[in-house]
Amino acid sequence: MFRKILISVACCAIFANGALAAETINPEQDFKEFRQFFQSKFPQVKLEDFVNGPYSVDEGLRKQWIEKEEFPPYDFALEKGKELMAKPFANGKTIADCFPNKGIGIRQDYPYFDAKEGQVITLELAVNRCLEQNGEKPFSYTGDDMASVTAYMAFTSRGKPFDIKIPNDPRALAAYEHGKQYFYQRRGQLNFSCASCHVQSPGELIRSERLAPALGILNAMPIYRSEWGGMGTISRRFTSCNSQVRGVPLKPQDAEYRDVEYYLSYMANGLPIVGPGSRP
Amino acid sequence: MRNKIIAALLLAALPVGAALAQSPQDQFKAAYEKAEATNKKAGELRNQWTVTANALKAAKAAADAGDFDKALKLAEQAEALAKASIVQTEREKTAWKDAVIR
Repeated sequence: MFRKILISVACCAIFANGALAAETINPEQDFKEFRQFFQSKFPQVKLEDFVNGPYSVDEGLRKQWIEKEEFPPYDFALEKGKELMAKPFANGKTIADCFPNKGIGIRQDYPYFDAKEGQVITLELAVNRCLEQNGEKPFSYTGDDMASVTAYMAFTSRGKPFDIKIPNDPRALAAYEHGKQYFYQRRGQLNFSCASCHVQSPGELIRSERLAPALGILNAMPIYRSEWGGMGTISRRFTSCNSQVRGVPLKPQDAEYRDVEYYLSYMANGLPIVGPGSRP
Repeated sequence: MRNKIIAALLLAALPVGAALAQSPQDQFKAAYEKAEATNKKAGELRNQWTVTANALKAAKAAADAGDFDKALKLAEQAEALAKASIVQTEREKTAWKDAVIR
């Protein structure tokens, strides 16, 4: 009898371990599989070219883009962003004062996991916190001022590889997993997930739009979109994606959006920042 | 026995009678409240659909214009959409794992 109990206990332990192993959060493994997937799907695309989104998989669009880059449509945003970074608040400080190295060449380090707060901090969130902490009115997360400031910060970081860290902290791993889950979960009446377009169908057309691969999809943010007739932040991109599948967007910078940015940015580790970008 | 059957039939007919007695306005109001409550639940689950909000808005507009038949239909449609969004959320709690790159 005692032997039977021992066997039962051992069996239960094996199943429990198996279940835990299946649920283990392993960003390094995800990273390898994610990269391998896109490189196998597009063997002709150089790894560092994935950051150019639809231009990496459509030669015609690429030619148009190269011509457009002679007079980039985001130039005005760069000038405005530079000005806003240096514009003194009522207390004399500036946005630049809130960031390491005055905000120059740091885009690749965002988002990061803040151990004190136990949450993901994006660049857009950090900009608005800076404004609020200095008694200023925050920018709209989807508006031109935020796009301009983050465009300038991205521009000064061009060529620097994404360097997103996931500390060995259960809260950081949970945020990462939460972002991954949001990326793959279907939503809206059209029953689409982020992955439906950017993992299952990159390179394909959805109406007249060439879908970008998910690998490196944030490296060019913020972007000037001809469709929008202006600049757009990461917040604008995420919320408009939700609307396009007939889902009610969450509030910009809600935890889900910050976490999915954390997940996608980590997947792009090692790939260069090329923002601001321009898209059709 | 006969009396019992008659009593049972009368009891069964009561809710139908009550519904028939409801004015179109009351029927719309009940359907709209139900749809709103279901959509609120979808919101708590962080997955409302834009079409649900549109149907609710259109139902309200039809009611304001005095077209309660149309308003009732739209409110019922809104409830069905809200229910579908909840079903989607529940399904995706685990189904997303099947789509992950491996």
